[in-house]
Amino acid sequence: MMKLKGFLLACAMLVSGATAAQVRDMPGGPAVNQLNLSTGVTEIARDVAWLHWMMLIICLVIFLGVFGVMFYSIWAHRKSKGAKSASFHESVGVEIAWTVIPFLIVIGMALPATRTVVAMKDTSGSDMTVKVTGYQWKWGYEYMDGPAEGVKFLSAMSTPLAQIENRESKGEFYLMEVDNPLVVPVGKKVRVMVTAADVIHSWMVPDFGVKQDAIPGFLRGVWFRAEKVGEYRGQCAELCGKDHAFMPIVVKVVTEEEYAAWAEGEQKKLAALADDPNKEWTAEELLARGEQVYGAQCVACHQANGKGVEGAFPALDGSQIVLGPMADQIDIMLNGVEGTAMQSFANLNDVELAAVITYARQSWGNGGQGQDPVVMPAEVAAAR
Amino acid sequence: MSSVTVDHIPGKGTDASHGHHEDHAHHMPHGWRRWLFATNHKDIGTMYLIFSFAMFLEGGVLALLLRTELFVPGIQFFQPELFNQFTTMHGLIMVFGAIMPAFVGFANYMIPLQIGASDMAFARMNNFSFWLLPVAAILLTASFFVPGGATAAGWTLYAPLTLQMGPGMDLAIFAVHIMGASSIMGAINIIVTVLNMRAPGMTLMKMPLFCWTWLITAYLLIAVMPVLAAAITMLLTDRHFGTGFFNAAAGGDPVLYQHIFWFFGHPEVYIMILPAFGIVSAIVPAFARKKLFGYASMVYATASIAILSFIVWAHHMFTTGMPVTAQLYFMYATMLISIPTGVKVFNWVATMWKGSMTFETPMLFSVGFIFVFTIGGFTGLILSVAPIDIQVHDTYYVVAHFHYVLVAGSLFALFAGTYYWLPKWTGRMYDERLGKWHFWMSMISFNVTFFPMHFLGLAGMPRRYVDYATQFTDFHMIATVGAFWFGLSQLIFLWAVLKAYAGKGEIAPAKPWEGAEGLEWTVPSPAPFHTFETPPVVK
Repeated sequence: MMKLKGFLLACAMLVSGATAAQVRDMPGGPAVNQLNLSTGVTEIARDVAWLHWMMLIICLVIFLGVFGVMFYSIWAHRKSKGAKSASFHESVGVEIAWTVIPFLIVIGMALPATRTVVAMKDTSGSDMTVKVTGYQWKWGYEYMDGPAEGVKFLSAMSTPLAQIENRESKGEFYLMEVDNPLVVPVGKKVRVMVTAADVIHSWMVPDFGVKQDAIPGFLRGVWFRAEKVGEYRGQCAELCGKDHAFMPIVVKVVTEEEYAAWAEGEQKKLAALADDPNKEWTAEELLARGEQVYGAQCVACHQANGKGVEGAFPALDGSQIVLGPMADQIDIMLNGVEGTAMQSFANLNDVELAAVITYARQSWGNGGQGQDPVVMPAEVAAAR
Repeated sequence: MSSVTVDHIPGKGTDASHGHHEDHAHHMPHGWRRWLFATNHKDIGTMYLIFSFAMFLEGGVLALLLRTELFVPGIQFFQPELFNQFTTMHGLIMVFGAIMPAFVGFANYMIPLQIGASDMAFARMNNFSFWLLPVAAILLTASFFVPGGATAAGWTLYAPLTLQMGPGMDLAIFAVHIMGASSIMGAINIIVTVLNMRAPGMTLMKMPLFCWTWLITAYLLIAVMPVLAAAITMLLTDRHFGTGFFNAAAGGDPVLYQHIFWFFGHPEVYIMILPAFGIVSAIVPAFARKKLFGYASMVYATASIAILSFIVWAHHMFTTGMPVTAQLYFMYATMLISIPTGVKVFNWVATMWKGSMTFETPMLFSVGFIFVFTIGGFTGLILSVAPIDIQVHDTYYVVAHFHYVLVAGSLFALFAGTYYWLPKWTGRMYDERLGKWHFWMSMISFNVTFFPMHFLGLAGMPRRYVDYATQFTDFHMIATVGAFWFGLSQLIFLWAVLKAYAGKGEIAPAKPWEGAEGLEWTVPSPAPFHTFETPPVVK
């Protein structure tokens, strides 16, 4: 019933022309009632559009020729007009001619196409490389070199569910907007290495003339050199399951200065995410970080509730070591406990160790009641 | 089909009274046994045609559900997973349930009549190959009702997505296996019948083109159905028996599946169109009252298309990132197919040239076929150009292209053939007025449905999408309106056919079409249960 209502509402909106008035060409995406390939912003996209026009015109000419003849004979050679049928039924010359001439036409079509195929495949001499990974149902981007080297993030559709379910009116970039667009500099040859983590996806940006299947277990390279600043949009183009229609691609092409600034900002964020031992950590920050570390490193033995497993792994909740002076706990973390399953966790960095110790001291029944409720990374560093 | 004449030999079959007696007393079973145990090629042909029409309706309803959801952007009726199931099953059912069995039905009914044989070579196997189909259809349809629903990986069943599907996928695999087995048996039957059972004097180069196209198609079937079977068996073992053919994490290659699938899948598209060429090559000369132009080059063109179809499969895979040399090779090879296909179109047009044409429904559908199929051929040529293909691959442009060849190609030819041979099947002329309505409604609504899809694809609208950007709305609305119009138009066809079967309409003479040629017109209408028990002699 709700669906029907939504449908009727959508129909009513369309009929009233409300939507028609609102829907405008999407910058970097499809235009309203677009009829042909977009000329795009790369040489390849322009070449493809040119090839398509060439093919279209040649086909149209042949079409008009052949069907001109056919419709002429339909009009002129009909029984009701007294047409008597002729008796010819083969002509070697004619049949050879209409085998050879199309062959020559096809060669004429293949030549310019060959040039474009070779150009599309040539990823050499690129200025930068981005790795793209398809996931169900989002994209992962990773910068392999240049100022943004090491930057990586996930990019998912940002259109709200309410718009998809017709509870809200649809936005300007409906289905073709993401939270984190891929950012690249203008005029640079960007090599894109495409792969996937689960099933086959396809990374498509029509304005770049790029479509590359993302295949698990394989890295496939394509490239583009965007000539104009702007945002360019595409969508996943290989059926990849339930949310196939909901994993758009947005590439933001910026000037080189903007790109450098963006890369710097991302590097800073990356550094911030990485643990900085010299930073002054607050108890809250340590607690939050510690919970992550605990979840990854400790929970298997000591359990989420800190009670451990009776007889095998000691409880941390109410443990004398956790409630006692920090030096003992730091020592156990760094050196382990001989003869038990408690190994050395010296491979963790100082921040992680300080955080997870703080977390243990603050959690469950411990509640920060013991000695040294908060342990700073510097203290772990000193104890190493 | 140049100089087929029938020599009635009064001296032969002296025991005429005995033969007559057998016709009506012993050899014609009655009731349900006639159908369940059918070995008569005409009965089996009829069952094939009824089955395929039922599947055509089922696949059509699924298509209309898809179009309903796509009328406006947003999700209205079906959640994405269900939508994907509809898309997949629409494809599987139309290909394996509707188009292929329909042509086999034509083959069963018409090939023995056209070559002057009394039946198919392996009549009992013929029964078996038909009855496999309803079983497969039930499995396929039932898969909607298992946990997780039907397979939702597209009719191509690409791995590794298919490895994620529920038990509906296994049902689909079994169904396709069974349909494949049915097709192979049907193909063997057709090859043996055509090669062994032609009437004395009917050399291969005198054989009607429909028999020729089916002979070649049958070889294609035998060559590629096992390849499909291999591909889906590998899927099955990957899913349940721990193999890793297509699972990259287990050292498999997901692209391998596509290579195997399209090695089947590309010849498959010719399996669905070559018999259509045969039907049209019978009808155009009949209504132009002029011999088919270039019979020999038609045969050679058909054979060339069949051979070329084996070396172009990877043009479905330009976006998988194959090496530049492979891309160029597959592009050139694919472009070549347009040449023999073009020869066929030119020959049909030349057949009409200086003919004495009338436009009964079979001719309308045939001319419609040539016109609209050629549009599909042109978009096929455009798609063969790798850079353009990469731009529009997996978009609605491809959807438009293959519906132009499969609906306006295969299906229109099937309609043409049905109207053409319906008097032979039923003994009644179909209602010409209904036939014309059916043609014009189908023709117009077909173009309303699929022509806008070219624009959608060029603008970058991917296929198999449950929802789309608002910029695409108008074309989707037009397509949906067209689809419902097209769907409803098919009821006119059903009506026209049922009317003829119900015995309403003019009584058909043995040869209802003035310009028709061939042995099938030498037997009474409706064709009696037993025909050509004494082979006719063809000069």
